Amino acid sequence: MPQTLKACTPPPNPMAPSMTRLTRFIRESADVFTFDLAPERATPFAPGQFNMLYAFGVGEIPISISGAADAPDRLTHTIRAVGPVSAALGRLKAGDQVGLRGPFGVGWPVEEAKGFDVLLIGGGIGLAPLRPAIYWLLRHRAAYGRVGVLYGARTPDDLIFVSELEEWRRTPDFQLRVAVERAGPDWTGDVGYVTPLLSKLRYDPGDAIAMICGPEVMIRATALALEDAGIADSRIFVSMERNMKCAIGHCGHCQFGPLFICKDGPVHRYDRVRDLLAYREL
Amino acid sequence: MAKADEAAAIITIEGLQDLLRAIRAGGYRPIGPTVQNQAIVYDDIESVDDLPRGWTDEQDGGRYRLARRDDDALFGYSVGPQSWKKFLHAPKLRLWTAERDGENASVTPEPPPSDRLAFIGVRACEIRAIEIQDRVLVGDLYVDPHYKALRERALIVAVNCGQAGGTCFCVSMQAGPRVQQGFDIALTELLDGTEHIFLVEAGSEEGRALLAEIPHRPASSREVEAGEAVIEHTASSMGREMRSDDLNELLMSNLEHPRWDEVATRCLSCTNCTLVCPTCFCTSVEDTSDLSGERAERWRRWDSCFTMDFSYIHGGSVRASAKSRYRQWMTHKLATWIDQFGSSGCVGCGRCITWCPVGIDITEEVRAIRGCDTSAGDWP
Ligand SMILES: Cc1cc2nc3c(=O)[nH]c(=O)nc-3n(C[C@H](O)[C@H](O)[C@H](O)COP(=O)(O)OP(=O)(O)OC[C@H]3O[C@@H](n4cnc5c(N)ncnc54)[C@H](O)[C@@H]3O)c2cc1C
Ligand code: SF4
Ligand code: SF4
Ligand code: FES
Repeated sequence: MPQTLKACTPPPNPMAPSMTRLTRFIRESADVFTFDLAPERATPFAPGQFNMLYAFGVGEIPISISGAADAPDRLTHTIRAVGPVSAALGRLKAGDQVGLRGPFGVGWPVEEAKGFDVLLIGGGIGLAPLRPAIYWLLRHRAAYGRVGVLYGARTPDDLIFVSELEEWRRTPDFQLRVAVERAGPDWTGDVGYVTPLLSKLRYDPGDAIAMICGPEVMIRATALALEDAGIADSRIFVSMERNMKCAIGHCGHCQFGPLFICKDGPVHRYDRVRDLLAYREL
Repeated sequence: MAKADEAAAIITIEGLQDLLRAIRAGGYRPIGPTVQNQAIVYDDIESVDDLPRGWTDEQDGGRYRLARRDDDALFGYSVGPQSWKKFLHAPKLRLWTAERDGENASVTPEPPPSDRLAFIGVRACEIRAIEIQDRVLVGDLYVDPHYKALRERALIVAVNCGQAGGTCFCVSMQAGPRVQQGFDIALTELLDGTEHIFLVEAGSEEGRALLAEIPHRPASSREVEAGEAVIEHTASSMGREMRSDDLNELLMSNLEHPRWDEVATRCLSCTNCTLVCPTCFCTSVEDTSDLSGERAERWRRWDSCFTMDFSYIHGGSVRASAKSRYRQWMTHKLATWIDQFGSSGCVGCGRCITWCPVGIDITEEVRAIRGCDTSAGDWP
C-alpha cells in the first residue's frame, strides 16, 4: 500500500487552520519559491502528502510538502505563483504567519518500493512533491535497488532546486537526467520531453517501481512509456491534482470518478486510475 | 433510534397538538411543513394550525403547483423544494474568524450550534437521505462538528406518505414510502370521512417517552390494516420508476454514450437539481477580510458540480462542457456514490425532476442509456 500518515486523532475543527511561522524563504525561479513553516506541534508526514496553506484574508490552497519527512518540526513547501493565493504566499517573508491544515492524503509507496529499482519522474513544479521521496531514498539508500530521477522543465530558467540537482548529479549510485523543452546555446543538457530519457536510465523493468508527478498530459504520456518499457501498471504511481476546498472528503470538489483525490490520493496506483484517465473531462 | 418494535397507538389531531407541545416542552425547536410562496416549505411551527391542512401538490417534470384537497389532511402532499439538509447542513455557514494583532494571528472556530431541532413530517426518503449525508459528513475520519451537533440532538417525527407525488420513485430506490428506521416517532395519517386520526409508532426511547406523555389509545387491528393500506396504495402509485440494481455498471460502462451530448443541449447548468437534492453535500469556501486586513473569516456555502468554478484548477476547468458536468452529477448520484459510501446517492424523491426548469428527468435519462447500452454493442 502507498504510504499514509493520517492524524491519529483528527482535529475537532478540521476546517480551522492553525497559524505557523514562516522561518525561511528561498526564491527558486521567477515564479517559484520555497518556504519552511514551523508548526506549533511536530507534524509527522509521509512523502507525497500535502497541506492546506492559508494566506491571511486571501484564501487557502493545497500544496504538497517538499521537505524531508524526518524533520517533522519543519514543513517545507515549494510553490509556483499562478494566481491569487499562491501569489499572496509568495509575498511573505520570514517571520510572517501562514495558516496550516494537514497533512492530508496518501503519499508515495516508499515502503513498498524497498528492494526495487525506483524511478521518479517529475514535470515542472511536480518535482516538489517528489523531493521528500528522493530524500527518503537517499537516506535509506541501501534498502533500494537502482534509483533514477527524470526531471523536465520548460526552460533552464524554470529549473528549481538547482544547487540540489548539482549535488544529486554527483551522488554515486544515483541517476539524474534533466530535460528542458526550450533552451539557448549555453544549455548543454537534454532538450525535449522527459519520456525519451527513460531509455537512458539503467533499471530492471521487471523489478522497478515508478512515481510520477506533473501535469496530467505528462502523467499520461509517461505512464504509457513506462508500460511500454515493461513496468507493470500496478507498479506505477501517479500524483494527481484536482480542485480542493476541504482536503477532508467533505466538499466534493476533488472527485475523480469514484475517487476523492484528497483522501484516496493524491498518489494513486496507476492501474486503478488508468481507465478513468482515458476519459476527457471526468 | 431503532426500528419500531411495539404495538401501534392512535392519537387524534388534538393528540398531535399535545405532541408538538411536549416536544417544545422538551426543549426542542419544532420545524415542519408550512405553506409559503405557493409551495410547501419547512419552517418553524408553533402548532398544528401551521401545517398545510387541506393542501396537496401536483408535480411533474419542471412543474410544481399547490392544489386544494377535498379533505383536511395535514400531510397530504409529497416533498417540496426544500429538504432537511437546509437545517443540518446549512446553505451558508461561518467556519471561523481570525484576528491579527501585529505579528500574531489567531483563529477561532465557530462554536457548534446548540439548537435541538425537531423535524416534523419527515418522509421515508428523507430519512434515507439524512442517513446518506451522515456517512459523508460524520461517517469517515474527519467529522463536520456543526452537522454532528445538530444531527445528534435532532428529533425525527416521520410520516408515512399518504400519496405519491408525480415525480416520486422511492420504491425503485428501496427508500420508501414506508418509514422503517431512523425515527423517534412515525405517523400514518388516517382519514375516512368521519374520523381524522394518526396511527403512531415509537422508534426510540425518546419517542416512547413522548408518546407516554400524550393522550393515546391502542390501535385496533382494523386501524393497523388501514395504515398498511395507505402505504401500499402510495407504493403502487409512484409517479416515476427506474430500474436501479445495475446502475453503477451501466453508467460507468457508458461514459461516452451519445445521450450525454443530447442532454447537454437541454441542461441549463442552473444547479437547481443539486440544490434541491437532499443528499448533495458539495460546498465551497469563501475567505474574506475586513478593510483593515486584521480580521478575516471563512464561510462555507453550498456548491454545485454544475458550475465551471467547481472543477477549476490552474489552466482551466476540468469539466468545461455541460455534458461533462451533467455526467458528473448523474454518475455520482447513481454510480460512483456506491463505491464511495456503500449506497446510491439517490433516494428517488423526485425533486431534481420537478425543479428542473426544462424538466430533465433522471429516470428518463437512465432509460435512454439503458435503451442503447454502448458497452453491450448497441451503439446507435
Ligand atoms: C494535492 C495537491 C498538491 C499540490 N501541490 C502543489 C505544490 O506543491 N506546489 C504548487 O505550486 N502547487 C501545488 N498544487 C497546485 C496548487 O494548489 C494550485 O496552483 C493553487 O490552488 C492555485 O491557486 P491560486 O489561487 O494561486 O491560483 P488560481 O489557479 O488562479 O486559482 C484561482 C482560484 O481557483 C481556485 N483553485 C485553483 N486551483 C485549485 C485547487 N487545486 N484547489 C482548490 N482551489 C483551486 C482557488 O480558489 C483560487 O483562489 C497542488 C494541488 C493539489 C491538488
Ligand atoms: S437525484 Fe433527484 S430523485 Fe434522487 S435524491 Fe436527488 S433530487 Fe431526489
Ligand atoms: S451530484 Fe454534484 S453537487 Fe451533488 S454531491 Fe455529487 S458532485 Fe456534489
Ligand atoms: S478536497 Fe474536499 S472532498 Fe476532497
